[in-house]
Amino acid sequence: MTTYIIRRILISIPVLLGVTVLNFFIVQLAPGSPADLYLDPNASPDYKERVEAALGLDQPIIVQYLNWLGQLLRGDLGLSYVSRAPVADVIGARIGPTLLLMGASLVVAYAIAVPVGILAARRKGTWADYTVVGGAFFGVSVPNFFLGLGLIYIFSLQLGWLPTGNMVTIGGGGGGLWDGLSHLILPVIVLSTAIAGNMVRYVRSSMVDALSEDYIRTAHAKGLAPGVVTRKHALRNALIPLVTVLTVDLAGLLGGAVVTEQIFQWPGLGMLTIQAISSRDYSVLMGVNLIAALAVFGANLLADIVYAVVDPRIEYS
Amino acid sequence: MGSLLQVRGLRTEFGSDAGSAVAVDEVSFDLDRGETICLVGESGSGKSVTALSIMGLLPRNGRVTDGEIRFDDVSLLDLSEPEMRENRGNSLAMIFQEPMTSLNPVLTIGDQLTEGMLLHLGLSRQDAAKRAVELLELVGVPRAEQIVRDYPHRLSGGMRQRVMIAMALSCSPALLVADEPTTALDVTIQAQILALMKRLAAASQTATILITHDLGVVAEMADKVAVMYAGQVVEEADVFELFDHPRHPYTVGLMKSIPHLGADDDARLESIPGSVPALANMPSGCRFQDRCPSVMDRCRAERPDLLETSTTGKHLVRCFLYSGEQAAVRDETTTAVAS
Ligand SMILES: Nc1ncnc2c1ncn2[C@@H]1O[C@H](COP(=O)(O)OP(=O)(O)OP(=O)(O)O)[C@@H](O)[C@H]1O
Ligand SMILES: [Mg+2]
Repeated sequence: MTTYIIRRILISIPVLLGVTVLNFFIVQLAPGSPADLYLDPNASPDYKERVEAALGLDQPIIVQYLNWLGQLLRGDLGLSYVSRAPVADVIGARIGPTLLLMGASLVVAYAIAVPVGILAARRKGTWADYTVVGGAFFGVSVPNFFLGLGLIYIFSLQLGWLPTGNMVTIGGGGGGLWDGLSHLILPVIVLSTAIAGNMVRYVRSSMVDALSEDYIRTAHAKGLAPGVVTRKHALRNALIPLVTVLTVDLAGLLGGAVVTEQIFQWPGLGMLTIQAISSRDYSVLMGVNLIAALAVFGANLLADIVYAVVDPRIEYS
Repeated sequence: MGSLLQVRGLRTEFGSDAGSAVAVDEVSFDLDRGETICLVGESGSGKSVTALSIMGLLPRNGRVTDGEIRFDDVSLLDLSEPEMRENRGNSLAMIFQEPMTSLNPVLTIGDQLTEGMLLHLGLSRQDAAKRAVELLELVGVPRAEQIVRDYPHRLSGGMRQRVMIAMALSCSPALLVADEPTTALDVTIQAQILALMKRLAAASQTATILITHDLGVVAEMADKVAVMYAGQVVEEADVFELFDHPRHPYTVGLMKSIPHLGADDDARLESIPGSVPALANMPSGCRFQDRCPSVMDRCRAERPDLLETSTTGKHLVRCFLYSGEQAAVRDETTTAVAS
């Protein structure tokens, strides 16, 4: 198992490198340069050139990339082109809020999706099943921004129950528990709706498959109560394929977080990404991309490990 | 006291969008303690549905709509589902055809083996675990102490079927239903498993319903045989009687289709021409009429009943060819009762 993990990590290094190369060049394809935003539009071309030289932007792209990579190997993500603060610090300040938002959304989504999916599978072909499938379809297909704006309109603007955005009330009497929660509710609903919708469909079909297996009939033939058969015999098997779904979800979640954080002005990595893109802050953007790639890779590795734990048929050597 | 198991006029239907289809109709047979009955017949003749009806394990769209199943003088069809669950895995046990998929891949052999004992026998975990090892040794699984901690994927098909047998026998059932328990196994393993079942059933006086379409297995295992065709029992007799004097044209056809040792190499195996009618359009009259070499006008008009044809032993046949003998038997019994 340990050798397997080490091998996986070693294999992932070239993949991660590839991701950084792609990121770097795609970012460079965007028109304009950080210096444009950095400088007064009336600054002389001469001055602009000097600034670009100072930032290293005058060098060929390959050289810029190798410089960046060299820094990275020394554990340095560089300085933000915009604020001149270390990228590591800029990102570090944003990770907490994003983890809070994504974690809460995942928990909520799974807490809803797993029991609902099981219910639909056990009542397959009844109105309860159709309702669940329809609801899940709605959850998957409603766009984040649409749901987000709709919720803000109803609960913040019309009813005035919940804040429109941010993590705490700005200038308010400091973040109490309710203050924090009230800011969390709407973004979590938006982010968890899509995950839950997806998840319900996976849980349901995975559970329908498990319930039709021969060993379920064996379990019934032993005289076990239906609840025991579902929980002990079907659920364990049904949850195994969902480990993969969880990791795929994580990638989708990162994308969803970008949009959701922007709508709710949630000060996390997603919002930072949008800011970095619009200010051509390449170094921050590269840092965020690297973190995202690492997260997805880490989730995949974790999934493989979890697989080996929950499925006795899998043995890594 | 009657037999351990009495099945009378069993009818099982499956509902679908297109209406309901009768998969098993007028199935009757008796079974005593320690006795083995084989259900034989082509694919789709209703053998599995009969077994599942007795176990109360029909799929959700299936339902017993007529008849009676008495087990140990209790009418199983009148039991509630929780009452039925107390019997299932306990006094009524079942083994399935597919050993490779009938065990849960994520639970240990020991866990699956002890489940029934914990539920029905109220054993403690230690006692159940001990008995699990004993059971595995009984069914000839080597290294039983380690196997209980292993997962099913490590075992071969034959070993898994032994585990299934151990599981079925764990609560000392009075009736064991085995639905083609060896069909998925290769021939040598098949013989071992059958020998094991025979030995264990004899030792514990367990009645067995053995489903098969292999007449060789029937000859080896059965005390008596019920031949099924298109959802009905068409002939029922003791195994020797049936092999010596098959009566129903379908049974005769089946017998001709088994290879005989010592027969000429170029002696062709006969198979019965035609195929089983679909559930949705059963012919009126005898269900075998379209494939029957001795079909008569009457067979197309009336439905034959399963009747006694022998005055000496038990031999039931559902065929008009024997209506003369059947009438004679009937007369004799009424005279006997009258005198
Ligand atoms: N769940 C079901 N829904 C509808 N019809 C069914 C269902 N299960 C079985 N049947 C029908 O019942 C009839 C009898 O099936 P059964 O499985 O008892 O046959 P069998 O004699 O066991 O055949 P085999 O030798 O292939 O196992 C078949 O015509 C089949 O199509
Ligand atoms: Mg069958």
